[in-house]
Amino acid sequence: MLFDALLGLLLLGLAWLLLSCRDLFKAIVLFVAFGLLMAIVWVRLDAPDVALAEVAIGAGLTGALLMSALAKLPVDNPPGRYSNEKTHWLLPLTLALMLLLVASGLGYALWSLPVIAPGLSGEVAANLEQSGVSNPVTAVLLNFRGYDTLLEIVVLLLALLGVWSLNSLDATPATAEKPANLVLDTLMRLLVPLLILVAAYLLWAGANSPGGAFQAGAVLAAAGVLLLLAGWRLPTALAGLPLRLALVAGPVAFITLAALTLLNARLLELPVEHAGMLILLLETFAMFSIGVTLAALFLGQRPQERGGSA
Amino acid sequence: MNISDYLSALLLIAGGLFFLAGTLGLLRFPDIYTRLHALTKADNVGLGLMVAGLAIQADSWAVVGKLLLIWGLVLLAGASVAYLIANGALKRGIRLWRR
Repeated sequence: MLFDALLGLLLLGLAWLLLSCRDLFKAIVLFVAFGLLMAIVWVRLDAPDVALAEVAIGAGLTGALLMSALAKLPVDNPPGRYSNEKTHWLLPLTLALMLLLVASGLGYALWSLPVIAPGLSGEVAANLEQSGVSNPVTAVLLNFRGYDTLLEIVVLLLALLGVWSLNSLDATPATAEKPANLVLDTLMRLLVPLLILVAAYLLWAGANSPGGAFQAGAVLAAAGVLLLLAGWRLPTALAGLPLRLALVAGPVAFITLAALTLLNARLLELPVEHAGMLILLLETFAMFSIGVTLAALFLGQRPQERGGSA
Repeated sequence: MNISDYLSALLLIAGGLFFLAGTLGLLRFPDIYTRLHALTKADNVGLGLMVAGLAIQADSWAVVGKLLLIWGLVLLAGASVAYLIANGALKRGIRLWRR
């Protein structure tokens, strides 16, 4: 009880610190710390699946993405330059009033919730046997609410397309070949195979314990980020069609299955006898695509292709 | 509480002390190199003691193996990252602290 209260207060304090911090680098570090604490909160709430995703994607990969974005910002951009502008006293007052209104509305909504709200967990538990897996989170994500996951994966792909199309506006030259740092290189060679193994384990474990495609994909992406940081670049022969195939493998697998199930007029309703196999297959493709997409987001620009422009 | 409980409590507290010392060093030491020294030394040993304390309580050898794997990974990453940070600081021309 005391621990939870302390955790909540710490979370609020960190959130305030990172929002009010003028140094962008410091704000990113605080954001990562916030993500780690948030993961502990999820563990305390008995949601290890969300905690894993929060640590891998929320703290780890988003932190790396923010850092790479910060590195691309112009250096002469003074942080907090908006704070010195004189604003009329009416603006902060109006904002405070509006925020208060929203907060009281949310508070009222929370207050009027029933104390014991089982939600749909009972129905999930009752139908778990038909889902093909024994982890209820995986059952919901991949079977009962498969179309949500389909849309999430497509959103990730759209984000990458957005980054790529923005980046073609100013063609940044590919990074020059640097002599690789020996320690970083050795670390990468030790860790990348291990990360691939962990990703495979998380994918397999997702059927009956916390884990799954998103967590495994994030671990794969971490391997990609490590490779990119160590100076490794995608061979130009792979940057064209093979990369694009890897990016769309997950969505295509999902959409194919959706189309096949639609033949029976039941969208993404998996047949009970093959459900476990289908979920594993779907998750494998999804993990692959999620990993490649997240790593490509970290790179932040279209990789150089053979013969073509970047 | 039996003897193994006391032993793991002792190990965990000792580990916590190492973390405390490392954090104190991070906050109080004068430059980046001494801070790195405090952090890596303390965290490696501190985490090792914690892993030992938790391993005593583990139900199976598989759990002990996982704990040891985590410690090994942290050792590897901690040592490498400390070197990378110190190397980067040296290349940027950050001087060593002198009294």
